Amino acid sequence: MKAPVLVVERLSKSYGGVHALRELSFSVLAGEKIAVIGPNGAGKTTLFNVLNGQLSPDAGSVVFDAVAISGLATHLIARSGVGRTFQVPATFASMTVQENLKVALLARERLLGSPFTDVGSLDDQESLAVLERVGISALANRTCATLAYGDLKRVELAIALACRPRLLLMDEPTAGLAPTERARLMALVVDLVASSGVALLFTEHDMDVVFAHADRVLVLNRGRLISVGPPAAVRTDPHVRRVYLGPPTQPGDFHGA
Amino acid sequence: MTLSAFLIQLLNGLAGASSLFLVSAGLSLIFGVTRIVNFAHGSLMMLGAYLAYSLIARLGGGAAGYWTAIVIAALIVGGVGVAVERLLLRRLYVAPELLQLTATFGVVLIVKDVVLATWGPEDLLGRRAPGLGGAVSVLGRAIPQYDLLLIVLSPLILLLLTWMLKRTRWGVLVRAASEDREMTALLGVNQALLFSGVFFLGATLAGLAGALQLPREPANLNMDLSVIAEVFVVTVVGGLGSIPGAFIAALIIGVAKALCVAAGAVSVFGVVVSFPKLTLVAEFIVMAIVLAIRPWGLFGRPLALQSSVGRDRLQPPGRRFAIAVAASFVVLAALPLFSDEYTVVLMTDVAIFALFAASLHFMMGPGGMASFGHAAYFGLAAYAAALLAKGVPMELALLAAPLAAGVAALLYGWFCVRLSGVYLAMLTLAFAQITWSIVFEWDAVTGGSNGLTGVWPAQWLSSRRAYYWLTLSVSAMAIIALWRMIFSPFGYALRASRDSLLRASAIGIDPRTVQWAGFSVAGLFAGLGGALYAFSKGSISPETLAIPRSIDVLVMVLLGGLQSLVGPVVGAATLTALQDSIIRHTEYWRAVIGITVIALVLLFPNGLAGVLKRVALTRNAT
Repeated sequence: MKAPVLVVERLSKSYGGVHALRELSFSVLAGEKIAVIGPNGAGKTTLFNVLNGQLSPDAGSVVFDAVAISGLATHLIARSGVGRTFQVPATFASMTVQENLKVALLARERLLGSPFTDVGSLDDQESLAVLERVGISALANRTCATLAYGDLKRVELAIALACRPRLLLMDEPTAGLAPTERARLMALVVDLVASSGVALLFTEHDMDVVFAHADRVLVLNRGRLISVGPPAAVRTDPHVRRVYLGPPTQPGDFHGA
Repeated sequence: MTLSAFLIQLLNGLAGASSLFLVSAGLSLIFGVTRIVNFAHGSLMMLGAYLAYSLIARLGGGAAGYWTAIVIAALIVGGVGVAVERLLLRRLYVAPELLQLTATFGVVLIVKDVVLATWGPEDLLGRRAPGLGGAVSVLGRAIPQYDLLLIVLSPLILLLLTWMLKRTRWGVLVRAASEDREMTALLGVNQALLFSGVFFLGATLAGLAGALQLPREPANLNMDLSVIAEVFVVTVVGGLGSIPGAFIAALIIGVAKALCVAAGAVSVFGVVVSFPKLTLVAEFIVMAIVLAIRPWGLFGRPLALQSSVGRDRLQPPGRRFAIAVAASFVVLAALPLFSDEYTVVLMTDVAIFALFAASLHFMMGPGGMASFGHAAYFGLAAYAAALLAKGVPMELALLAAPLAAGVAALLYGWFCVRLSGVYLAMLTLAFAQITWSIVFEWDAVTGGSNGLTGVWPAQWLSSRRAYYWLTLSVSAMAIIALWRMIFSPFGYALRASRDSLLRASAIGIDPRTVQWAGFSVAGLFAGLGGALYAFSKGSISPETLAIPRSIDVLVMVLLGGLQSLVGPVVGAATLTALQDSIIRHTEYWRAVIGITVIALVLLFPNGLAGVLKRVALTRNAT
C-alpha cells in the first residue's frame, strides 16, 4: 500500500457561529485523485483555503509528507510542495503567459531574490515545455489580461505544474467552461497528474467529471464529512443522495450543475 | 505631572480631537461612497476657518451673529465641495484612483493660493465666541468654556450623523452605496445626486471644523497639509469609512497628545526628552500599535480596493531603447558646454528629481505601492549627508547618506506593507509628516526650522558644471539600475505580488517580504537623490522633506505615467521646468501649477509618456 502524502485529522474551522469545517479527517495517498463534492456552503473552498494556508484552522492538524503544515503561511506551504488553482483563475495579469511561467520556475528554484540578472535572457526551454504540455504554446507571448477565461484556467494549471507540486489542490477546475472544453481540460489534468505522480484533490459540481476521474470521493455537508469511498459506493449512498445528488432518475443521469 | 495638570491637558486634547473628528468623518463619508480620498479635505477645513473669520467680523458681535457666521461658513465650504465634485471629480470617477488623487492635489494648490490672495499671509486669530469667553474652574485650574462646548459638540454630531445614516432614506442609500456602488446604481439610485450630496455633507463638516477651531488656533496657510496628515492618521487608526471609528480614533489620539504635553520635559538617563515636542511621535506609536493588531483600523474592514495601478504590460526595453538612452545621456552631458550657469543649475535639479521620481515609480509602478510621503527618504538622506559631511569627506558622505534613508524605509515599510492601496499611501504620508516633525523640532541636531548650512561638495566638484556632471552620471547610473531591477527576478516577484497576492503566495513567493524589500529599495534610491540635492544647494531646511515635496514627486510620476520607464524622467523634467518658469513670473505659482496638473489629468489620463507613446505608434502606423 502507498504511503499517505496528506493526512488531515479532526480539522475544524468556523466563521463566527458558522461551522465551515467540523472535525474533518481523511488522507490522500501519493498519486491519488480525490474529488471533494457537496452542496454550496458545504465547506469545500474553506477546506482548500485551510490546506494551503490562506486560513488557519481553529483545531486539528494537517500533515503533509510527514511535516505538520497547518497554520503555516501560504508561501511556506507552497514551498513544501502543495500547488493550488483557484475557482476564479489567479494569474499575473500584466505579464505574458511565458513570463508567468518563468516567475513560477524562478519561484520553484528560489531565485526570485536576485536583483541583477535579466529575466529576458534566461533560458526559455522549460517554460515553453510546460506550455506545450498544457497545450497553450500559441499563447506564450500574450498578456494574461487579454486572455479568455478557459485559457486562463490552462495558464493557471501550467503555473501550478511548473512548480512540481506533490499535491495539487484544484478548486472547481472546470467551472464556467463549455461542456466539451470541460471534458478536454479534465482529461488533460488527469493525464498530467498521472504522468507526474502528483496527488490531486479537486472540487467539482459536474458529476460526470467526478465519477469518470476520481479514485475516491469525499462528500461534505455543512462542514462534516458524510461519506467517503470509491465513486460507485458514494453514488449509491442514501445519505449522499438525500443531501446532494438527489433521487436516481435514470442511470448515469447526473447532469445537475 | 500632577493630576490637575493632566486633566487640563486631557480636556484640551479632547477639545482638539473634536475638529479632527469632524474632518475625518467627512473624509470617511466621501471615501465610503465615492472611493475618492479627498486630499483637499484639509484645504476645505482651512477655507472654513478663513471664511468664518471674515463672516464673524461682518456679522458678529452678538451670539446670534457669531453662530450664524459659523454655520454660513460651513455651508459655503459645503458648496465648494459640491463644485469640486461636479466640475472636476465627476469626470474622473472611472479613472484610476491615483489620478483622482492627483486632481485633488491640484485643488489643494489652488485653494492655498485663493486663500493667500484673499486673506494674505498673516495668521488670523478669531474672536472668542460671545458668552463663552470665560473659563470654568476644575480642580483649581481654569478651563476655557469654549473647549467644554467643543467636547460636548462632537459626540452630538456623531449621534446626528449616525441617526442620519441609520434612519433616513438618504442615509440608507449612502450606506448601500458604500457597501456596493455598482449594485446601488443598478437599482436605479441617482448616483450623481448621491455623490454630490455626500460631498456637500463631507465638505460642510470640514468647513464646520475649521470655523469651530478658529478661537483655539489662528487660521493659517499651513493648516491644509498639517490637518490632512493628522486626519489620515485618524482614519487609518479608526478604519477608513467608519464614522464611529473616526470618533474613537480622534479621542485616542487627542488623549495621547495630551499625555505627552502633560508629561512635559523629562530627564531620562541624563538626556532631557521634551514630550510636548513629540506629540506626533505619540500619534505614531498609537498608530503602530493599532496597525500591528488590527491592520484595517479599529472599526475598519479589509477593503477590496481596485488596484490603483494599471495592468498594462511593462515592455522590457530593447536595443533601440538603450541607444536612445545613451544618446540622451551624451546630449545632456554636452549641454553645459553650450549653456549658461542658470541652465546648468536647473538641469542639475532635473537630474536629481528624475532619480527621485524614478525611485517612487519603482515602488508605485512595478511595486503597486503608492507613497504620499516619499520626500521623507529624500530629505532624511539630505540631512544625513549634511551631518556626515561635517566629519567625513564629502564623497563618503554622499555614499553613506542614502543608507539613512534606507534604514528609515525599512522601518516605515515594515508597517506600510501590511496594508495596501490607499491605506498604504495614507500611512506613508503619516510617516513622512512624523519625520518632518522630528527634524523640525530637533533643533540641536537638525537646526530646526533654519536647517543646516554650509553643505558644500568637495573641491574638485565645486564648479556648477563639475557638480552637474557628477549628478548626471550618478542619477543616470541609479535610474538604469532601477530599470534593470524591474526586469530582474526580484522585479518580477514585485510585479507578481502586485498582480495577484493569491497566485504569488500559492507558488511560494512571500509577497510581504518582497514588497518590503521593494519599499526599502525605493527609499534607498530616493535617499541617493536627496544626498545629491543637499550638496547641490549648499543648505537644507525641513522643506526638503515636507509634504509639498512628496506631492511634487508624486505629481512627476503620475504626469509622466506609471506604465513607462521614461515616465518619471519626463514628468520630473516637465514639472521642474514648469515650476522654475512660473515661479519667476507670479507669486501665485501654486495655483498655476494646480490648474496645469488638473488640466493634464483631465486631458492625458495615461500621463505624458503615454501620449508620447501613442504619438509614436500613430506615426509608425502611417
